[in-house]
Amino acid sequence: MVDRSERDPALDKAFKNELVTLIPHLRAFARTLCGDATAADDLAQDAMMKAWDARNSFQMGTNMKAWTFMILRNQFYSEKRRSWRQSQLDQEAAERTLVAVDDPEAPVALDELRLGLGMLPPEQREALILVGAGGFAYEEAADICGVAVGTVKSRVSRARRALQSILEDGAYDRDGGAAGDAMRTILAQAERLSTVR
Amino acid sequence: MKEPPGGQDVLSDQNDNMKGRPSEPDAEDMIEQQPQSSTKARGPDAAALDEARLRQQAIGVRLRQMFDEVVNEPVPDEFLDILRRADKSAETE
Repeated sequence: MVDRSERDPALDKAFKNELVTLIPHLRAFARTLCGDATAADDLAQDAMMKAWDARNSFQMGTNMKAWTFMILRNQFYSEKRRSWRQSQLDQEAAERTLVAVDDPEAPVALDELRLGLGMLPPEQREALILVGAGGFAYEEAADICGVAVGTVKSRVSRARRALQSILEDGAYDRDGGAAGDAMRTILAQAERLSTVR
Repeated sequence: MKEPPGGQDVLSDQNDNMKGRPSEPDAEDMIEQQPQSSTKARGPDAAALDEARLRQQAIGVRLRQMFDEVVNEPVPDEFLDILRRADKSAETE
């Protein structure tokens, strides 16, 4: 057993409280990596426990969100490396999830955004999600992915352009759906969102 | 906040007061004005740039919404159970 006698219980409590607030974000990030919701929750749980076990190496007051995202991401890629078949399965699961909509009321465009995201190279998708949805600065995203800041910036900008052209050309993997429809729907919804709030 | 050059009308003042978030009034103004004023006043290049920026903003909004949808889901009990168990075993060590 690891000796934790020098560990301050108050410190553990503070760590745990902060970790709990990050669970929803870890789940969301895992969902973008795995596609499949069940696999994503397994990944998020593993990452949460890894973070808990490594709490002695975390410095309170530094960015715990970025730290846990890095743990989750490393976990995801090391699991993926462990079995080559996994990527095949992930792909299939992702396609199933990308096509399936949990909420029948969900707007069409969100579906198409997911499809579009699924067509991006993984490193571009990940960069775009961290910066564009996760609320991370380029520097934090660079730390999470273990690459240079410039690399993140170029990945994000390439991802943005690619995603836009995918949505505009209707080039996502789905039959039917006229070109430009996805983008039009997204524009209309953005407009509605900004009016509602 | 950056004001788009030219083509502002009375609507934008009203919108700015009504909304807290800095980036969105621009998007909305541009949606409303896109077909007429901005195209004519600043030529097709500027209009195309506006259009591209608007589209990127719209994608950004959807992207955040997609992510936030999962963030706002209730956390399954399993997560907290696992953490509670781990915490307990740490205490008894």
